[in-house]
Amino acid sequence: MNLIVDAIAWILDPAHYGGPNGIGVRLIEHLWISVVSLVIAGAIAIPAGFLIGHTGTGRAAAVLVSGGVRALPTLGLISILGLSIGIGVQAPIIAFVVLAIPSMLAGAYAGFEAIDRRIVDSARSVGMTEWQIVGRVELPLGLPLLIGGIRSATLQVIATATLAAYISGGGLGSFIFLGLRTNDYTQMLAGSILVIALAIAFEGAFSALQRLVVPAGVRAGQRTKVRSGSPRSAAEAE
Amino acid sequence: MNWVLNNLALIGERTLDHLAIAVPAIILSFVLSVPIGWVANRYRASNGVLLWLSGSLLAVSGLLYAIPSLPLFLALPAIIGTGLRDPINVVIGLTLYGIALMVRATADALASVDPNVEQSATAMGFSGWSRFWKVELPLAGPVLLAGIRVVSVSTVSLTTVGAVLGIESLGLLFTDGLQRNIPGEIYAGIVLTILIAVVLDGILVLCGRLLMPWRHAAAPKQQAPTELVVNA
Repeated sequence: MNLIVDAIAWILDPAHYGGPNGIGVRLIEHLWISVVSLVIAGAIAIPAGFLIGHTGTGRAAAVLVSGGVRALPTLGLISILGLSIGIGVQAPIIAFVVLAIPSMLAGAYAGFEAIDRRIVDSARSVGMTEWQIVGRVELPLGLPLLIGGIRSATLQVIATATLAAYISGGGLGSFIFLGLRTNDYTQMLAGSILVIALAIAFEGAFSALQRLVVPAGVRAGQRTKVRSGSPRSAAEAE
Repeated sequence: MNWVLNNLALIGERTLDHLAIAVPAIILSFVLSVPIGWVANRYRASNGVLLWLSGSLLAVSGLLYAIPSLPLFLALPAIIGTGLRDPINVVIGLTLYGIALMVRATADALASVDPNVEQSATAMGFSGWSRFWKVELPLAGPVLLAGIRVVSVSTVSLTTVGAVLGIESLGLLFTDGLQRNIPGEIYAGIVLTILIAVVLDGILVLCGRLLMPWRHAAAPKQQAPTELVVNA
């Protein structure tokens, strides 16, 4: 337990906040790498997921891609990209984009797929165009699952962004790798605690957000179900 | 390619090291998750302390999964007093991740069993214990299988992260290949990691067929593993 106290003292030491290797700069780098990777991954995966969910074609390919990429070790991907395009921030960002795509893709198409087909058909029969169906019906109803997908992608990327420092890409992982190189366990542990705290903070923020984005009408429906249902279905409705 | 042919013995050794970490972690997380998931599901619809217990089991397992792997492998020695480069840290860390995913999957799997079937079993004279083993667990099997397949793939992939600490696995081919500028070594590591994941997945599917032959007869409506992670 003494080791943990030392690491917390390291984090609280004001000397470790300023400068290019301070906690402040490393935290901003960490967030920046994560956000850039997530935005690129979202720009690719979300429209593709909507297309698959709306048209219903290409689902098998999407499942295959999501499953296959999951088996790909990120450390190996960063290593091979690092060799081909050099050390720095580009190789980790490409690797994190690959890491984030499966969850986002799955969230986007699963959200559309989970919608009752009759709702989509009624929207079509009252004269909505395909674009209106996507924008006003499928998107709001599929939003909770999409946010769920973005949530797991974000958590994965924030967690794995630690490995950016493995090829000098910066971020909070820098403390871990510097500690490993200099055999300074206090610094490694302090870096670890910082990354863990950041990941848990994001997890908390997302679980709050996910509750907020359920459309008002859907939430009202759930509430009635909770009141009238048996104890078991009430538990499932949550 | 030359590097691979000249170092087949080393690659074989790393593959065995990899399996020695990943396989125990997968088995342990399954065995430990079933009782925890049972408790979480059993008291989901109760109230007071038991509901709180069930809710917090699910919340803690969700939170556990949010903890990054490398920091966890580094923090475990400080908590349990093992050496920094001891493979046991990776086994424990990966088991914790497996539990984090499997507890929710187990709770959902047990909840998916038709309550009418459970009540019929009780009416036919099954005790609580034998009802669990002979009725609930087999019927929850397909969802449990989907869960353990996700755990297996992610465990095999995460085992490589230990290499950053010098712990022996296929991941060492990545760190070594990067340092010595040998792309073939890194590719060999990536291909073998994926191959292990695919083979273990095949074994799990095969076990599922052998243990749940009735599912093979009906059209298998496999829940996609990807969707399970989104809900996690």
